[in-house]
Amino acid sequence: MSNLSFVRTEMLPEREPPLTEVGVIGWMRENLFSGWFNSILTVLSVLFIYYVLSGILPWLISPTWNAGSLRECREILVAVGSVGEHGASGACWGVIRERWIQLFFGFYPSQFYWRPIMAFVLLAVALAPVLFADKVPTRLLYFSAVYPFLFPWLLWGGSIWGPLGAAAGFVIGYFVYKSVEVRVNSLAGIIAGAVTALIWWLVLFSPITSWLANLIPLGLEGVRSRDFGGMMLSLTIGVVAIGMSLPLGIVLALGRKSDLLIVKSLCVGFIEFIRGVPLITLLFVASTLLNIFMPPGTNFDIILRVIIMATLFASAYMAEVIRGGLAALPKGQYEGADSLGLNYWQAQRLIIMPQALKISIPGIVSTFIGLFKDTTLVSIIGLLDPLGLSNAIRADSNWNGIVWELYGFIALMFFVFCFGMSRYSMYLERKLQTGH
Amino acid sequence: MSDLATEREIDRSKMQVSDEIAIEISNMNKWFGAFHVLRDIDLTVYNGERIVIAGPSGSGKSTLIRCLNALEEHQQGRIVVDGTVLSNDLKNIDKIRSEVGMVFQHFNLFPHLTILENCTLAPIWVRKTPKREAEEIAMHFLEKVKIPEQADKYPGQLSGGQQQRVAIARSLCMKPRIMLFDEPTSALDPEMIKEVLDTMIELAEEGMTMLCVTHEMGFARQVANRVIFMDQGQIVEQNEPEEFFNNPRSERTKLFLSQILGH
Repeated sequence: MSNLSFVRTEMLPEREPPLTEVGVIGWMRENLFSGWFNSILTVLSVLFIYYVLSGILPWLISPTWNAGSLRECREILVAVGSVGEHGASGACWGVIRERWIQLFFGFYPSQFYWRPIMAFVLLAVALAPVLFADKVPTRLLYFSAVYPFLFPWLLWGGSIWGPLGAAAGFVIGYFVYKSVEVRVNSLAGIIAGAVTALIWWLVLFSPITSWLANLIPLGLEGVRSRDFGGMMLSLTIGVVAIGMSLPLGIVLALGRKSDLLIVKSLCVGFIEFIRGVPLITLLFVASTLLNIFMPPGTNFDIILRVIIMATLFASAYMAEVIRGGLAALPKGQYEGADSLGLNYWQAQRLIIMPQALKISIPGIVSTFIGLFKDTTLVSIIGLLDPLGLSNAIRADSNWNGIVWELYGFIALMFFVFCFGMSRYSMYLERKLQTGH
Repeated sequence: MSDLATEREIDRSKMQVSDEIAIEISNMNKWFGAFHVLRDIDLTVYNGERIVIAGPSGSGKSTLIRCLNALEEHQQGRIVVDGTVLSNDLKNIDKIRSEVGMVFQHFNLFPHLTILENCTLAPIWVRKTPKREAEEIAMHFLEKVKIPEQADKYPGQLSGGQQQRVAIARSLCMKPRIMLFDEPTSALDPEMIKEVLDTMIELAEEGMTMLCVTHEMGFARQVANRVIFMDQGQIVEQNEPEEFFNNPRSERTKLFLSQILGH
């Protein structure tokens, strides 16, 4: 230790990293062979993947696409020499070729297939401005607002005056709200608007629309709910229930955090009751009990009943997920909003909800995915979703004995949608990242 | 902490105390459950005053200024802010809050909005200012706190001192008559404390009515026209800073000052 003082006279230039750190070799060293233990794990994993694929792939790649029955499949497989210890071995894809349209559309009349196809294509268009707000022109939001009336009309058909009349209720309510708000105040406006809209829907709606339908009979041919089926049915129930459970869940979560005792108790009671009951019991209530409580002669559509139950079920879970997001927000955010003079609804809409929903994205999407998969439970109350159809298909003498191919195909269809939702949520989380 | 808040000479030409009353608190009491946090507070603040409220932690000083914009509810007594009586009427509360700016210890910026959006939010939604105009106002005040170049960043990308200056600018965008500061520098590094104090001094030089809860005794000495010392929920002593620091009357104040200015 002669001299502790040191002064750097020139700064060192940047140098290239060593080859073992970059490129393919660097990547493999880093990710696959960093240390002897990880190297062994890598080798074992590769062996395991090989073992699994060597079992599945020969079964998957099977020249049975054109077979017309399970027996034909077996003959083809024996002919090409694909024989295992239990006879012919290999998938029988003929059933998918013959029935895939049915798995998508159920018993929907084939001349109208364009209607559900168009409904779901337009769904994508209507969702785009909501999901990708920064990449799509904002004006498309007007179409998103119209779409909820278009969707049921395309699927179920009927007179065009039905959806127009339903939409007119909102327009009338809005104008009444506006005119009363100017003269009295906004609370009176909201009440007057809501009452007028309700009067329109409950009293004036059906005579006026049926009169218009007689006068100018425009519309699509009606399709009955029991002809709905397959993936189309699952998507219809799933999309509507997902779309409605989020706002309902937000309202319930806010109600649960409210200072108003009765609002709070109602919300807590609702959430705890719905979460305490299995979905399948709610569906049974929808399919059987609900009609008992209805006035005789009312025809309350079975799909609508199922959608309502699925929505209520999911919204209870949604409320709890969002409440978690609300609880994670620091109190300072509420105080910051309050101190600037924002009122309760402004603070919720501009400050609290955007952050709480962002925190809750993983939980919200999990609930969405769970809800979408739960739509398969409707097969138990007799609706022909893909699982319900698979039972019908297996009862066909041509395809008696088919299991894996059908369920595998159905699983794949669900996986595509659920995986899509999952990827979107990850994209959204990245996009909303505003920290470092 | 006994150091001066700034080296430069403070421009006192606009620091005029008028005889118009900005805030009047009479006989105010507040409880947290059974705990009596504020006891018989009587305080009149005139326009243009710069008041520093000091005291040990738990003495109720933050609670006092949080009562002034109804972030805390008082149970007894009367508070009149800028001519409006603070009651349970939500309209009065919103009116007072839009006239009174508040700066918090932990900034409370909105992390999902950019700096500019943080500043324009309240003018647009509360004052109904057109967006373009609100942005001009926001840029004006961001320049005033010397960070216009950060306007498009998010709060999470700024240092603590910068965030606090944005918080001050955000309050100023509402053109408040009164500013409340709740320990604005307590969460900051020493280097950043200075930049925030500089902003506050400039604000005082423009004649803003300010109530500051702070431990920055240099700021109290140089900027305040009145220092209030609180203990156990009561105002123990108030005086001009010169007198307060050089000639404290009560034993409790002497003890506090000897600890906070400790040599």
